[in-house]
Amino acid sequence: MSVHVPTSLTEAIDLLVANPTARLLSGGTDTMVEVNFNRSKPESVIALRRIAALREYTVDSDRIVIGAGVPYAMMEKGPLAAALPALAAAARTVGSPQIRAAGTLGGNLGTCSPAGDGLPVLAALDATINLRSPRGPRAVPFAEFMTGVKRNSRAVDEIIESVSISPTTGFQDYAKVGVRNAMVISVASVCFVHDTGSSSVRIALGAVGPTIIRAREAEQWLQSQVDASQQLPSHDKLVAEFAQRVAAAARPIDDHRSTAAYRRHAIEVLARRLYLRSTQ
Amino acid sequence: MKNATSTTNRSTGRNVLGTSALRPDGVAKTQGNFAFSSDFQAENMLWGATLRSPHPHARVVSIDPTEAWKIAGVEAIIFADDVPGKATYGLIASDQPVFARDVVRYMGEPVAAVAADHPETCRRALAAIKVVYEQLPVLSDMDAAIDPSTPAIHPDGNVIRHQRIVSGDPNIVGDVVVEGTYEIGMQDQAFLGLEAALAYPDPGGAGVELVVATQWLHEDRKQIADCLGLSPEKVRLVLGGVGGAFGAREDISLQVHTCLLALRTGRPVKVQYSREESFFGHVHRHPGRIHLRHHADRSGKLVKVEGWMKLDGGAYASTSAAVLINGITHLQGPYACDNAVLDAWATRTNNPPCGAMRGFGVVQACFAHEGQMDRLAEALGMSPVDIRLVNAMKTGDKLFTGQVVDSVAPVARCIRETADIPLPPEPSRVTGSLELPGGSGRTSDPGHIRRGVGWGVSIKNLMYSEGFDDSAEAKCTLADGVATLKFATAEVGQGFVVLAQQIARTVLGVDTVILDTIDTQIGSAGSTSASRQTWMSGGAVDGACRLVRERLFEHVAHLHNLDPLQLVIEGTEIVDTLGPLRVAVADASTGLRIEQTFLHRHRATEELDENGQGNCHVAFAFVAHRAVVDVDTDLGLVKVVQIATAQDVGQVLNPMALLGQIEGGIAQGLGLAVMEEIVVDDGIVRNPSFTDYLLPTALDAPDVVAIPIEEYEPLAPLGAKGVGEPPCISVTPAIVAAIRNATGRAIMRTPVRPQDICLAD
Amino acid sequence: MTETTAFYELNVNGSRREVRDSWIGESLLYVLRERLGLMGSKGACEQGECGSCTVMLDGDAVCSCLVLSASAVGSEILTVEGLAPNGEPSDVQRAFVDQGAVQCGFCTPGLIVAVHHLLDNNPDPTMIEVKEALSGNICRCTGYGRIFAAVETVVAVRKGARS
Repeated sequence: MSVHVPTSLTEAIDLLVANPTARLLSGGTDTMVEVNFNRSKPESVIALRRIAALREYTVDSDRIVIGAGVPYAMMEKGPLAAALPALAAAARTVGSPQIRAAGTLGGNLGTCSPAGDGLPVLAALDATINLRSPRGPRAVPFAEFMTGVKRNSRAVDEIIESVSISPTTGFQDYAKVGVRNAMVISVASVCFVHDTGSSSVRIALGAVGPTIIRAREAEQWLQSQVDASQQLPSHDKLVAEFAQRVAAAARPIDDHRSTAAYRRHAIEVLARRLYLRSTQ
Repeated sequence: MKNATSTTNRSTGRNVLGTSALRPDGVAKTQGNFAFSSDFQAENMLWGATLRSPHPHARVVSIDPTEAWKIAGVEAIIFADDVPGKATYGLIASDQPVFARDVVRYMGEPVAAVAADHPETCRRALAAIKVVYEQLPVLSDMDAAIDPSTPAIHPDGNVIRHQRIVSGDPNIVGDVVVEGTYEIGMQDQAFLGLEAALAYPDPGGAGVELVVATQWLHEDRKQIADCLGLSPEKVRLVLGGVGGAFGAREDISLQVHTCLLALRTGRPVKVQYSREESFFGHVHRHPGRIHLRHHADRSGKLVKVEGWMKLDGGAYASTSAAVLINGITHLQGPYACDNAVLDAWATRTNNPPCGAMRGFGVVQACFAHEGQMDRLAEALGMSPVDIRLVNAMKTGDKLFTGQVVDSVAPVARCIRETADIPLPPEPSRVTGSLELPGGSGRTSDPGHIRRGVGWGVSIKNLMYSEGFDDSAEAKCTLADGVATLKFATAEVGQGFVVLAQQIARTVLGVDTVILDTIDTQIGSAGSTSASRQTWMSGGAVDGACRLVRERLFEHVAHLHNLDPLQLVIEGTEIVDTLGPLRVAVADASTGLRIEQTFLHRHRATEELDENGQGNCHVAFAFVAHRAVVDVDTDLGLVKVVQIATAQDVGQVLNPMALLGQIEGGIAQGLGLAVMEEIVVDDGIVRNPSFTDYLLPTALDAPDVVAIPIEEYEPLAPLGAKGVGEPPCISVTPAIVAAIRNATGRAIMRTPVRPQDICLAD
Repeated sequence: MTETTAFYELNVNGSRREVRDSWIGESLLYVLRERLGLMGSKGACEQGECGSCTVMLDGDAVCSCLVLSASAVGSEILTVEGLAPNGEPSDVQRAFVDQGAVQCGFCTPGLIVAVHHLLDNNPDPTMIEVKEALSGNICRCTGYGRIFAAVETVVAVRKGARS
């Protein structure tokens, strides 16, 4: 096992070419658990935390770019939180303050756990994942990036450089159910975005399937029922049916953290609540 | 590193009994200088690690260490055949193998141990040892264990103990009858300071010294010596700093393995569990199933309690037999009642072994009897407070065991004073507030929160029961105005170290009290458990200091030609009550060295007979809890808002330390109510980590409003009752009752899971 | 051990500390404790779920069990030992003792670092902010009540000193 600590992205890419089996390490909050628990013994590690460019973000009127090494703590407040309230809400639910100081969006994408808190937000905001390799840059829509439980379409020679998001107008929020009031892994989570600018409603579900699930049928149904360029109506029947259609998209399982039935139920409740929050 | 410290008074006032004297180890603990057992290192030290069974029940076909020996840095690999003394150990029955030989009976049972130059070398060596298992049918159900037709999984059988209690008229019937079956999940003590020990072998393997975090040095030594085939004096134990215990360090875990590896290699060996291993390395709180039928008259007075209790002891006996007796004898609750027919079983299964945890059988009993009191109240149209007041036990009442409660028993006062504590403000109206259920997940909106209030009241025995020869020894030395105390009392965080200093300052009028190393170089203090050390070791320190004071008074009286009986301590002076003499203790003891040892015993207790009759307990303490919860009824999420409590504590010796015990116990009871459970699926532990075994965080902590009910307990040496266990007992049923109150659901199981609240049964 | 690395240097509590012959998979927690003799940071979960190992890394409070030690070169590491280098307890350490926030003490060093970090960045936190900031530090003994009291005490004293 060898550890490399590059200070530039170019250097990191060169190292990755030279060590194709190297594990890329961002905040360490996933990889180090595997090492500490004796579940993974990487041959080689490229630690990305000292690459300053990865820890930067830009907020422009038409595009927000977040470096893969930006920690969650930086998304909780400031310009990123103002531009992307759902991401701020999600960041605030990640682990503990210590984890949020270390954990990054790039790490969340690299691990690609269905319970990753940042991922439903990226799914709902139709984020683009920007990868870089010796072959050059590659931009992949989130929906094509995450391919399964802890699986993604990053090529072995690629490094996740950043995430691009188009700003929305209107409402966006994220909520997550866990069995403790802080520092808890998601049992079910929902990101809801109502973009009046594009007259669209987007909803993404976490921890209830092998990947983050976009409830596209429910989105389309709702868009057919309402004028999404305006504030959404809040009558009970409409909201209830929307929430049921969202829950129908979930593909949850039973495990030691919860049951499939509860997870599906929780998705329905969260979908209803976030919808109603958008109308307030 | 060495933890024995002296402190003098830092603040004004003398830090005697009754004050909030500060811990002598406090500053070191905040600065990271206090040496926990995991912080010890030695020259030329090796690391040890344990190989454990992945299966809950299997035959060990073969073990092949060949590949492990090829790894550079591996110095020892040991198995069952390498245990020179007794092959098994145990607190009550010696039924647990040091290493499994032919069969493993629970997931995580030790099979081998290695010593190597680095923890990572150890991990690789463990992975390289080839063990062939043949899996056997898993016995995981308590009823199957009780069924005599089930094949025994251990030579001692599948029932660790059965006990019956028949009291009064078993056939009497009440006007109102309520019944219910209650279930309690398996809780973990989850102390933060993981198991760790460092063993130093004597030259030639003649003996061993072990620095270890434990609750009971002498009992450890006895079991270790037996397994090592050494006489006890060849095994010296020193208490390493203990990072919490809560019962999980009462049994042996890594002690024998560490000593064996050190003796085998002739080098110091350190073993330190990971959190995952810790879940497999120590016993847990017994999961249980309890069925009760309560009979009452129209006024609500209890007529009879009948039913059964089953506690799962898992693969080995540990303290199950004693936990069971505590459980069944406390099914009565803190309520007067003459008639009972009760049965209780502690079973052996292929689940993780269970044993001591704060509350020791009474937590399970209380969850059931308090659920029943609420059912009774509902059936009679009474309030939860009134049904409990009508039945509140008082001094002189007789238990189902025939034992008369002669302790101070202010049950009604505990309930009334708790009821008088103001209720908390209404829930936040802010959407997604961190204070609402769901907390940082921001799931809750104010519109769908329901508030509930629930009650729990409990009785808890203090100290060991059933005739156990329970004693504690302490030595006090006074020289030149400085007192030095020596005892083997395990300081596990509870603060006995500060209490001991307070006692010496009070009795002897000294300011400086040095605490000698806590080790086996003095007689046993018994275990730091069963809420017993204030009473037992406190009594021993008090006794030793009093003997020293007698000698000092004799010396002063002789010098001044007085009767020693007319001398008293006032502050830091010796004062003649009949004359003008007034001399500072520091001056009077200059050039002297007075040393006295005292052995404190509590009064004898008896075993129960076949009908469960006998004076099996020493004394009792009582407590009331009222819980206020906010429940998100749609998502089944709970926020415990406030716990109000009044606790029967006897004399208050250190108000701040008392509050710490109360608040800490409440947090553990809260954990059992809403989040803490080791999930076991056919013998397989599903969540051995802090990611999935959830402990209360700062955002889960309720506001605690606590009132000590201070009445001097004449039975106790310092007038003080043990206070460690009661806080965590009735708070669990109080919280669950509050959830029932908020939701209208008949929740029969703890911990309460979200789906229990918001999904149909 | 066969897989060792060339030495690297860490900047701990303002000093350059050499780490030699280590296994490269070691966490910062392990290196601080077992190689540099700084036993103040405690390990209780090895997965960032208890906060006992909290240190400051370039001013951020992080779990040292989740920092690959060799990747911390070039960073400023501050441990609990660095908060009171002359032995005199810091105001936070003093308040923890005075308010009864210390029982077994295993979580205490991590909490001390977390509280210093909180108050460095937010000198006058509300109680809910205190709870959120400390929600990554598990304490099994105290139920947190005395810890909150200790933080309140420090806030009040510092406020008094400022005005």
